[in-house]
Amino acid sequence: MMQSRSVQIWVGLFVIAGMAALLMLSIKVSNIRAFSNEQGYELNANFENIGGLKVRSPVTMAGVVVGRVSHIGFDSEIYEAVVTLNIDPRYDNLPEDTSASIFTSGLLGEQYIGLEAGGAENYLHDGDRIQLTQSAIVLEKLIGQFLVSQADE
Amino acid sequence: MMDFLQRLGATTLGVTERIGRGHLFLLYVLGGFPSLLPRFGLVIKQIYASGVLSLLIIAVSGLFVGMVLALQGYNTLVDFGATESLGVVVALSLVRELGPVMGALLFAGRAGSALTAEIGLMKATEQLSAMEMMAVNPLHRVVAPRLLGGIIAMPLLAAIFSAVGIVGGYLVAVGLLGVDEGAFWSQMQAKVDLFDDVASGVIKSVVFGFVVTWIALFEGYDAVPTSEGVSRATTRTVVHASLAVLGLNFILTALMFGDD
Repeated sequence: MMQSRSVQIWVGLFVIAGMAALLMLSIKVSNIRAFSNEQGYELNANFENIGGLKVRSPVTMAGVVVGRVSHIGFDSEIYEAVVTLNIDPRYDNLPEDTSASIFTSGLLGEQYIGLEAGGAENYLHDGDRIQLTQSAIVLEKLIGQFLVSQADE
Repeated sequence: MMDFLQRLGATTLGVTERIGRGHLFLLYVLGGFPSLLPRFGLVIKQIYASGVLSLLIIAVSGLFVGMVLALQGYNTLVDFGATESLGVVVALSLVRELGPVMGALLFAGRAGSALTAEIGLMKATEQLSAMEMMAVNPLHRVVAPRLLGGIIAMPLLAAIFSAVGIVGGYLVAVGLLGVDEGAFWSQMQAKVDLFDDVASGVIKSVVFGFVVTWIALFEGYDAVPTSEGVSRATTRTVVHASLAVLGLNFILTALMFGDD
C-alpha cells in the first residue's frame, strides 16, 4: 500500500510538472491572444498599398501594441486596400484626426501599422474611418526612384 | 527465378499479415479502454513506469538541446545583427519539432524498449497464457493500461522537454552570450502562437506517444517467446518506433505548417 501511494504521489508530481511546462509554454513563450474579435472596437483605413501587411499584424501607438489587424479587403471602386483594425477597448480615446502609417520593423522585419494621435476634440468610434493614411514603403520603388535620380545627375 | 519470386511473395505476405495483426491487436486493446475507468490505478502505475522514470533523461536532454540550439543559432544570427531573434529560434524549433520528436525518440528508447521486454518476457514465461486460463483478458488487463499510460505520459514529457530546453537556451543566450533578456522573451512571445505552435506540438506528441507505445506493445506481444526472440523484438521496437516517429513527423508537419 505504501509503495502504491508513493507511486501515485510521483505520478501526481509528474502530471503537475507536465502541466506547468505546458502552462509556461502557453503563457511565457507564446502570445495568448489578448484581444479577440469580439472585444475591442473596429476602425477602417484605406491604403494605396499595404505592402506585406497581414491579418493579425500589430497596430501600435508610440511603439505600444494597442490592437491588431483583423481584416484586409480590397475596394474595387477606388482600387485601394481596406484594412480593418481591431483596437483594444482600453484605448477608446483616439482623436478623430489620428493618422495611420504602415511601417516595417527593422530593415527586413514584418510590417505593422503605426498610429499617431492628432489634436482633435472628438474621438474615433466603432466603425469609423481613419482619414490620414500613409502607404507602405515598397523597397523596389525606392530603389527605382534612387536609380532614376542618379541617372539624372 | 521462381525461388526469388516465392521469397518475395512470402516476405510481402508476412509483412502485410503482421501489419494486419498489429491493427487487430490495437482494436482489441482499444476495446479494453472502457473497463479501465473503474481501475485507473493500473494506468497510474504505467504512467509512473513510462513517464516519471523517463523524466531524468528527458529533462537532461532537453536542457542540453536547448543550450546547443542557442549556441548554434547565435553563430548564424550574429552575422545579421539579429541576435534578439534567438529566443524565437530556440522556442519555435523546440515547441514545433524537437520537443515532440526528440521526446518521442527518447521515449521509444527508454520506455518503449522496456515495455517490449516486459510484455515479451510475460509471454515467454507464459504469464499471459496463465491469465487467459483465469479468464482474465491480458489485452485488457496488461496491455490496455500501458497504452493509455503512454498516450498520457508522452505529451507531458514533450512539454517538459520544450520548457526545460527553452530555459537552457535562455541560460546560454542571456548568461553566456549576452543577448538582451527582454528582447529574448518578448520576441519569443511575439512570434510563437499558442494554437499554431504550442497546440500543434501537443497534438504531435499525443500521436507519437500513441504510435510508439502501440509498436512497443505489439512487438512484445508478437515476440517469439524465447530470450532471443524478446531481444530481437526489443531492437525492432526501437528501430521501428523511431522510423515511425520521423516519418509521421514529416506528414504531420506538412499537414499543420504546410499551407502557410
